[in-house]
Amino acid sequence: MGDKIFKIILFITALIIPLICGGIVYALVTDAYQAFDYFGFFNFLTSTDWNYTEGQEQYGAMPFIIGTLMTTFLALLFCIPFSLPVALFCGEYFKGRKIASILSTVVDLLAGIPSIIYGLWGFFSLRPLIISLNISPQGSSILTASLVLAIMIVPYAASLSSEFIKMIPDDIKESAYSLGATRWEIIHKLFFPIAGSGIFSSYILAIGRALGETMTVTMLIGNTNAIPTSITSTGNSMASIIANQFGEADGLRLSSLIAIALILFLITAIINMIGKIMIKHSRI
Amino acid sequence: MKSNLNIKQRFFKDRSIFVIVCVFSLLSSIPLIAILGEVFVKGISQFSLSFFTLPTPTAYKVLKAVEQGLPIPGGIANGIIGSMIMLLIASAVAIPLGILCGAYIADNSKQRFAKFVSYLTDLLQGTPSVIIGIITYIWIVIPMKTYSALAGSIALCIMMLPLIIRSTEETLRILPSSLKEAGLALGANKAKLMLKVQLPSAFGGIFTGILLAISRVIGETAPLMFTALGCSFIRLSLDKPISAVPLLIWEFFNDPYQQELIWGASLFLLTFVLTLNLLSKYLTRKWKK
Repeated sequence: MGDKIFKIILFITALIIPLICGGIVYALVTDAYQAFDYFGFFNFLTSTDWNYTEGQEQYGAMPFIIGTLMTTFLALLFCIPFSLPVALFCGEYFKGRKIASILSTVVDLLAGIPSIIYGLWGFFSLRPLIISLNISPQGSSILTASLVLAIMIVPYAASLSSEFIKMIPDDIKESAYSLGATRWEIIHKLFFPIAGSGIFSSYILAIGRALGETMTVTMLIGNTNAIPTSITSTGNSMASIIANQFGEADGLRLSSLIAIALILFLITAIINMIGKIMIKHSRI
Repeated sequence: MKSNLNIKQRFFKDRSIFVIVCVFSLLSSIPLIAILGEVFVKGISQFSLSFFTLPTPTAYKVLKAVEQGLPIPGGIANGIIGSMIMLLIASAVAIPLGILCGAYIADNSKQRFAKFVSYLTDLLQGTPSVIIGIITYIWIVIPMKTYSALAGSIALCIMMLPLIIRSTEETLRILPSSLKEAGLALGANKAKLMLKVQLPSAFGGIFTGILLAISRVIGETAPLMFTALGCSFIRLSLDKPISAVPLLIWEFFNDPYQQELIWGASLFLLTFVLTLNLLSKYLTRKWKK
């Protein structure tokens, strides 16, 4: 095969990615336009009504933006006490040992479980627990969804953080040991300043995961369209309102759902971009 | 190091942190055991030959079985076949495209356009799967005026592409440069070098990347809900709605009468996904040696 032809073929296949991404933005923007045009962009963002009775249709994204932010933030909060120890366990305390590779395999397998199975597990195992603890009467709540989301993002945060912890050069550690520092003092005073931005970026990417998670949240959040008043109340995230209503929607409602998808797309794109840039700058 | 604590307190603090790290790390493995345990225990009792050979029962059959107190008849054959068809089409498109695109990025890694494509690949990989579903709905379902297996395949294909591109690019990038130089010294042109030297030596990494991509998309529900839709009998045509195992789980979840079938379907899906995951981990370790 000629060199020129091969190069052209490679170039053409590489064009497919910009085409898909451009197509996504184009399709979302043109189809969301109706909703933005009808309600006004800022009004749509800040309105809290979601009413699809014919004649008095009123759609706003605020309850779902807040639902998404609440579930994501709580999931992050619940995930840190587990992902950070796992990262230290695999990246420092038991680095290179068999037990570390077993734990990292176990945590990686968590990342492989399909989200619908997390949803099932949350619904049939965690939800009864929430009910019996009297936290929320029907068991479906922001809290329930966040707990399962937290389990789902532990592997993403842990594996990347442990990569950064592993990268810290041995001679730095050895010199600190020779000065009489304990291991915790080394982790606390050396690791966190050196690998801190890398660890931070792994949590940003974990947030990116949690934002768009659909099935688990749909099955556990309770699916109500008002702004959640507390973490034990029901709600809807941006992804779950789409999953719930897209199939039966048309006209203005369909356009509003696509507008929500556009907002979700932009938020995840920005979060992921920040994460990637931070990773690039925190290579040791 | 300025410290007001005496040595005993410092050691005590160090020890306690170590214990906390160990305890919380081990706690992190509980969800996996709990999920595997629950799905296995509840799912294994539903496994039988007919579970894999029969399609899902109609609402009438389910009602009749419930009335008579019999176990719910039928299985998930329609889902398995649908999943396989869509996976096959998605792979047939995404694997060659992804490999070539990854080769382009690795080959021209200093060029602006390749960097741009690489950045967009990240963007696509981070896009929530439900949005891929909407996009495929707008692109394929609306013009075709029907939900179809083809639309489902395209949604899965878009999800697979960035994963395969990434693994190809990363594997090609870590190949020793001596390999490339030796090929060039022997008079190979770039095309020959890529097709006969670089890609074959990167086979291991690309292959495990493909396995992971398959295991990732096979469990996807959200992108199939608005594209393949689901169908209660075994179907082979591409222009009609089709079922998939995760879609069946979703249907069973929403139908209180069929919840008996949910665990068998989940166990099947989980076994498939985790086997692929473990296999790719095993191969990575083996080929690295």
